[in-house]
Amino acid sequence: MSTKTALTAAYIAGTVAAALSAGTLATTTAAQAQEKEKCYGVSMAGKNDCAAGPGTTCAGTSKVDYQGNAWTYVDSGTCTTMELPGDRMGSLEPLDRDLPS
Amino acid sequence: MRYTPDMPAEGNPAGYDGAFGSVLLDPERATPEGLTGPRGKSANKRFNVYRNNVTHSLVTALTEIFPTVAQILGEDNFRMIARDFVRAHPPRSRLVFEYGQDFARFLAGCAPISHLKYLPDVARLERAWLDAYHATDHAPLAADDLSALPPEALATAVFTPHPAAKFISSAYAIHTIFTAHREGPMPERINAGVAQAVLVTRPALTVQVRKIDHGQFLFIEALSRGAPLQQAAGLSLAAVPEFDLQAAIALTIESGAFAGCRSSSDIDEKD
Repeated sequence: MSTKTALTAAYIAGTVAAALSAGTLATTTAAQAQEKEKCYGVSMAGKNDCAAGPGTTCAGTSKVDYQGNAWTYVDSGTCTTMELPGDRMGSLEPLDRDLPS
Repeated sequence: MRYTPDMPAEGNPAGYDGAFGSVLLDPERATPEGLTGPRGKSANKRFNVYRNNVTHSLVTALTEIFPTVAQILGEDNFRMIARDFVRAHPPRSRLVFEYGQDFARFLAGCAPISHLKYLPDVARLERAWLDAYHATDHAPLAADDLSALPPEALATAVFTPHPAAKFISSAYAIHTIFTAHREGPMPERINAGVAQAVLVTRPALTVQVRKIDHGQFLFIEALSRGAPLQQAAGLSLAAVPEFDLQAAIALTIESGAFAGCRSSSDIDEKD
């Protein structure tokens, strides 16, 4: 099909009609109606809990930032399973810079 | 702890924020003056515990908002970066679930992880997921709404975006990475260098994340900007010759990416 044909108003109308008559849409709408029956009030990420557990002064008062030697903890993440072409794999390595003085 | 700041005469809370809020996340700054423990003793230790709880809860919120990024980096690494983010970008909203809008950009500027080029876009997708989750409820555009328009009005029909609809185009395999971490199973290797576009919608109560092709992305983006149907189709087709308009129209309805449509040629006519 040429671009010119595709862009006539009649073609647009015909394509909309074809899309609407395809069977998938009816079932989708029904599924969405059912989904609404679930109850509200779900608590999710970012809920305001009080974090009473960590009653220490570690995270909140440490002055060492991410650029410091704490990267020796690395390789726990899944970045090591992801490849970028022309790149090393995503293994993180400890850095020797920006250590707190 | 008791806090008795020098309040302005009219009790302007800005004085409180200035003295208390600004030092809360910065361990280099001294305990605010006027903050005392029981019997007037120093409150340094107590303030540091409080500081920690505030920092810890915000960092924890970020791990819950960006669980995939946290898994990719490993939780310890993520927490260190998140803590620096918290200090550089304190929350602007009192709603914690809105936190982290700047996190993707922060990750992009984070030198030690600059080789994880896909990470900012993965964070963008995770933030979009939560935005969609909390977006205003609205019935999505139904097939009947579209067929109610007269055929001659379809070419110039314009669409209203659904409040929950988000779309992201990336040079990296963000959909594969996202779904592997959220729903599993995790493949042994993911080639992150494949460009993918993602459409996030929440037609009812469940957030849906689907991979869309480049033509569909351009189409939905154009419609969301208010481009009439014919123009959006033209743009997509010009950029992607194999663009399938019928499938794209079906997608706009199935996905719930739009809330409504109307004829743009005769605005006076009722919707």
